[in-house]
Formats: sequence, structure tokens, C-alpha cells
Amino acid sequence: MSASSASVACPSGLEPAAAPDIGRVDAAPFVRRRNGIAELDLAIFGAKCAGCIARIEKGMMALDGMERARLNLSTGRLSLAWKDGAVTAADVTGVIEALGYRAAPFDQQLVESDHDREGRGLLRALGVAGFATANVMLLSVSVWAGGADMGKATVSLMHWASAVIAVPAALYAGQPFFRSALAALKHGRANMDVPISLAVILALALSIHEFLAGELHTYFDAAVMLLFFLLIGRYLDHRLRWRARAAARDVLALQAATARRIRQDGGIESVPARDIRAGDRLILAPGDRVPVDGVVAEGASHADLALVTGESAPVKRQKGDALNAGVVNLSDRLIMTATGTLETSLLADLARLMEASEQTRGRYRRLADRAAALYVPVVHSLAIATFAGWLQLTDAGLRVAALNAIAVLIITCPCALGLAAPAVQIVAAGRLFKRGVLVKSGDALERLADARTIIFDKTGTLTFGRPALVNRDELPPGALAAAAAVARISRHPLSRAVVEAAGPGPAADDAHEFPGLGVEGTWQGAHVRFGAADWTGARQESKAARMASWLKVGDAAPVQFVFEDSPRADAAAVIRALKSKGLEPELLSGDVSPAAAALASAVGIDRWRAGVGPKEKASRLAELVAAGARPAMVGDGLNDAPSLMAAHVSLAPGTAASASQSAADFVYLGERLDGIVEAVDVARQARSRMIENFWFAALYNFVAIPIAVFGLVTPLIAAAAMSGSSVVVILNALRLAGKGSTAR
Amino acid sequence: MSVLIYLIPIALFLGGLGLLAFLWALKSGQFEDPDGAAARILLDDDLEEDDDNQRPRMSR
Repeated sequence: MSASSASVACPSGLEPAAAPDIGRVDAAPFVRRRNGIAELDLAIFGAKCAGCIARIEKGMMALDGMERARLNLSTGRLSLAWKDGAVTAADVTGVIEALGYRAAPFDQQLVESDHDREGRGLLRALGVAGFATANVMLLSVSVWAGGADMGKATVSLMHWASAVIAVPAALYAGQPFFRSALAALKHGRANMDVPISLAVILALALSIHEFLAGELHTYFDAAVMLLFFLLIGRYLDHRLRWRARAAARDVLALQAATARRIRQDGGIESVPARDIRAGDRLILAPGDRVPVDGVVAEGASHADLALVTGESAPVKRQKGDALNAGVVNLSDRLIMTATGTLETSLLADLARLMEASEQTRGRYRRLADRAAALYVPVVHSLAIATFAGWLQLTDAGLRVAALNAIAVLIITCPCALGLAAPAVQIVAAGRLFKRGVLVKSGDALERLADARTIIFDKTGTLTFGRPALVNRDELPPGALAAAAAVARISRHPLSRAVVEAAGPGPAADDAHEFPGLGVEGTWQGAHVRFGAADWTGARQESKAARMASWLKVGDAAPVQFVFEDSPRADAAAVIRALKSKGLEPELLSGDVSPAAAALASAVGIDRWRAGVGPKEKASRLAELVAAGARPAMVGDGLNDAPSLMAAHVSLAPGTAASASQSAADFVYLGERLDGIVEAVDVARQARSRMIENFWFAALYNFVAIPIAVFGLVTPLIAAAAMSGSSVVVILNALRLAGKGSTAR
Repeated sequence: MSVLIYLIPIALFLGGLGLLAFLWALKSGQFEDPDGAAARILLDDDLEEDDDNQRPRMSR
């Protein structure tokens, strides 16, 4: 991390600095105005504790005219309202940055989509089902305990009360299942919700029939309890996906870049990137990210193409050169002409490749779905067999046969099965979240658990993706300080590397930058130049592949500074750990051969390929998928996005391009790679817990089904069996949280 | 047993109060930010601060 972003961290130390370098984003176009009140929603990066809430909210309320400042710590949203005109959006973001956090504006559409309607609906259904379960149970238990001794009128009263509560509650709380079951049946498939809906509806219908006929046993309690337990599973599953989607929206917020457009009359206006049309002329200051595809119209500058090509060394761009969206302008002011809009800017190739890969991803069948596919036909044919058997083989009559068939459906209703996967996944995701690994979906854990090869990108993934000074010890004394003093004013990667190596200090007063050449200034009375070889009067020895810069102080001979994109500190250890877990590592790099070979041998990867473009990467992944090697892909560049989609499962660092983060199943934060090992461990443990849970559910059915088939089930047995099996499944899932949670 | 005529409605009414309280809490956004709710209890900005360096005085 550069010196400027190192300060972006929660004071509690809970959260590693994870926000990608987004440059400055002007929030002004995202302010909404209503009745003299200005409102703005910001995504805040780095806030994770009570101290952060206090600092940010106090800092905001201290601004003149601020009326509301509320930080939602769960989602990282800061919602602001102030008297229009009292402060500007730039003041607001300036204060947040001064406090040490990063902020990105949310536009109206994102704010709308941020309200979790589905989650609220599920919680409401859960509340209703819980209320009904508790109260119907109260009435049922008294019937089970003393029904035989009660008067007919009393039993009837109990059943009346049960029916009045249970029927509307079940019809309301069961809607998520009914809807999903209907949708599945319309497509000619049967999912887990089909037997659930069937069991609930039949249990209600049977109970109404029995109670009108004056019989003792009803299943009102079973119907609502079933829904209560299943809604817990459904809500857990939803929470997991919601958290991942919120993270995806953060990425979108980062893309909500603004640009400065030159108007026809020569004035400059700030516009959201999505309003840019082809032909617009835009100003790019050093540090700005190119919002849409275009060409340089005026000026020359160095640009960082790392997110687009994966190349770590800066590249010169001048009049007529193409600029892709996502490129960062480094050294000098540019004027560019847009050739595309935001929608057309992500290379069309890339988008098409990602779409194609998404379809293969969609074919993955989750463990729970596979279990359901086995389960549904077995249970339904058993119920039919029970009905037919009782009708044919006994003289019990139609009513008893129907009763027993329905009892089979109720008792086998996949209560434990519905909880088996989500309960484990939410515990596993929570554990990984604490370790700084974000899980995008439950089935990502399943896919990671059965990955057999792991493919790494080089730049930015195994390496830091930016140059670091490597010959520090060979430099004469004082050289580093002198170079850093002039380099502090520059955003060029080599300058930043020098500043990072030197640590904090003052900048030379009169330092200024010459685009394409270097920086110059006066340091301790001497004239200092730091930059290209010919500019500093050094002889360029050879056109070596290494990155170098020269320092000239006064009349002394120039000193060479050598830089390399060094591997991450724990890269070799992580590769070793992954190999010991049976994952075969492979390196696919867009970089030149020598660089890729050097890195591969440094970190211990035997199989590597260099010079592979985005298309070849994706087709190599597709090849591995077809060969059954189940590859996990780790990559960060925009050029990796198609291969991340094509892989069996994919991981991206928190510093990755936004498209890659949204394509990946896991996003790990921080400078280290060991999150990958942890993710593999937790995914494998989660899979064993899930399989245990499925086995338990199967065992439970093995015991319960004969009891139901032979007509021995009473509502009491059904209630006890269902709640018992659900609790066992949840407890088994929680074992995952206990393990290793002390290792922070 | 006729006392049940009163007791069951009373029990349902009390349970219903609990359900309404939950639905109200849900509607008023109290489940929007569980992490923040856990952290906000630690903030003491509702106490008077005399001075930046001095800890707020707690009334006993």
C-alpha cells in the first residue's frame, strides 16, 4: 500500500485496509435535493467499530447545516441530509478522508436496491410462524396430555382456537415455499419446496377435516412448526446472499465515477460517468481513472494499465493512443475524447466471454438440490404406496389410508434437510468473514471444497502488483532520502515505491514533475533529479527487462534504483500449504516468460504459462473444467474476469478490478494470501458437516418412515421428531464455529 | 374448565402483543443494522463532556 492509503484503517484494527485505490470521486452529481434539503448516501470503507461510528457521525454533525448523519455499520452505508447550500459534497467527502476512511457515492438506483425487502418479508413470516407455533403448541400439548379426560366441548374449543391461529398463519408464512414450489412445478421440476408445500397444505386440510369430524388428533401444530424451522433456514440462506450482494453493490458504487467534461462553451462540468456520450471531451488529472473507452486528444502522460492488461510497469500514452476504461492516469493532465459509453466500455469480448461462462456455472447442482432430487420421488411414492397398501391389504377404509399417507408426507417433510445446508454455510461464511474472506454464495463453499487444481494469475495476485525497491542496500547513504524528497509529489509507481521504502518525511519545496522524464527539485541545497536514464545523464547499460530509475544529486554520478514487482510475503508458504492439501497449483500469466518463470520457481509452482491473454486464460480454464480437474481460479485483473467466471470456483483479492470482484465467488482482503488456505479448510470442513447433516436426515427418515407407514404416528411424535432433528442439525453446524475461532 | 374461555384469549392477546412488538421493531428499521446496534451501546456521546481530555463524569 502506498503511504497515503496506509492510514485507511479502522482504529480498532479489526478491518484491514481493503478499499481499492479509487482515486478522487466527485460526489456532487449524486446529491439528491428535496424541499431545501440535500441528501447523499455514501459507501464507507474501513469502518468496523463503535469508534468509527462516533468519529464519522460526530465529524459529519460538526459540519454547518448537517441535519442527519447515520452510519449503518452492517452495510457500511452513511446516509446524510443537510440544508442545501450549507456545505458541498466535496466538503463532506473531504472530512471523511481526513478522518482516515474512504467514501464512494451511491446513486439513486443503488440506494433503492439497497432496501432488503425480501429479508424483511422473511423475518415477518418468521415472526408470524413463531407466534403461531408457540400458541398452537400451548393448546396442542394440553390436548396430548389430557385430551382423553377432557370434555368434548373443551377439546373442540382447543381445536377451534388452534385452527383460527394456524390456518391464516400457515397460509401467510408459507408463501415463500408455495411460490417457489409453483415456479418449479411450472418448469416441470420438483424442488425441496414441493414436498414442503404439500405437507403443510395437506396437514392443514387433514386437521380441519378431522376436527370437524370430532376426532382427537390434529396436525395444526406440525404445519406451523414445520414452517417456523424451515423459515429459519431460508432466512439464514438469504442473509448470506444478501451480505454478498451488498458487497457487490459497493463495487458498483466504486464504479460510479464522475468525470470532468469540457462543455461546448469551454466551461468545465462534473458529470456522472453514465452520462458520458461518445465524442465528449474529458479532462483527466493525474490520479484519475479513465471512466469510459476513449483516445487521448491532448497531452502525454504515463498510465497504469494494470487492471486491464495485468502489466505492472507504467506505459506512456500520448495523442492518438487508446485509453481503456479502468486505466489510471499517473503523471500528467490529459484531455481525452470518449469513444464509448459506460455500457459499451467493458470490452465487448470480455462481457461475452463472461456471459458464456456464466451458463456453465449455472449447471452446478448444489448438494441440497441433489439430495432433493433423490428424496422427492422416494417420499412421494412411499406416500402413495402407503395409501394403496392400507386400502388394499386392510379393511381400515379410505379415511385411515389417507390419514396414514398424509402422516408419511408430514413426518418426512424435509425439515432437517432444509436446514442442513444453510445452517452450515452461514456458520462457515461467518467464520471466514471474521478472517477477512467474503463468501458470495453458499454453493461457492461446496465448489471450493471439491476443487482439485488451483490456477494463479501473477501480477497483483501472487505479487503485490506494484514495483518495490530491491537494491536499497547498495545505494549510497542519503540517496534514498534525496530521491524520496522529490518523489513525494509524484503519483508514478516508481516514485511511490521510493517513498514507501523511505518512509514519511518532508517533500522538497520546489519539486515538480516532468511527464515522461522524472521529478526535479532542491534538497538540502543540492539540485536533485530522479527519473529516466537519459534525462539524468546516466548511460543506459542495456535494455534489461528490469525496471530502473536514476538519481542525480548536484554534479555527482547518477545512482541506479532497481525495482521489481515482488511476490507477496506468504506466497511460497501458501503454495506449499495448498499442495499439501492436494491442490495442484498452476500459474497463468499475461506477462513475459522470464518474469513468469522466475516467480514460478520462487514460489514453488511447477506448471506455468506466460504470455496468455484473457481469451487463452479462459479457454485453458474451460479445458481444465472439461477434463474434470475442477480448477479454482485466483486472479485480480480485468483480464482475469472471464477466466474467473469459467473456473469451477474463483477467488479475487480485495484490491482486484471491480469486474473481477463481482465475477469471483470469494473475495479475500488484506495483503496476505493465507485467506485462500483458510477458505479451502473451512469449505472442506463445511462440506463434511453438510454431508453429516444429510446422513443424519436420512437416518431420521429411516426410523420415522416405518412408524408413519404402519399408522403409528401421532401429532406428538411428529412434533417431537421434527423439532428434535432440526436442533441436531443446527448443533452440528455450530461445531464448525467453535473450531479454530480462537485463532485470530 | 370454563375458565379457559377467558384464559385462551388472554394468552393469545399477550402473545399477539409480542408479535406486534416484533413487527413494529422490524418496521422501524431495528433489524437494519445489527452490527451497529451492538457497537452503539459503547458510545457515550449522550453524556456531557466537559473537556476533550477529561473523561465524562458519571452521575452515581
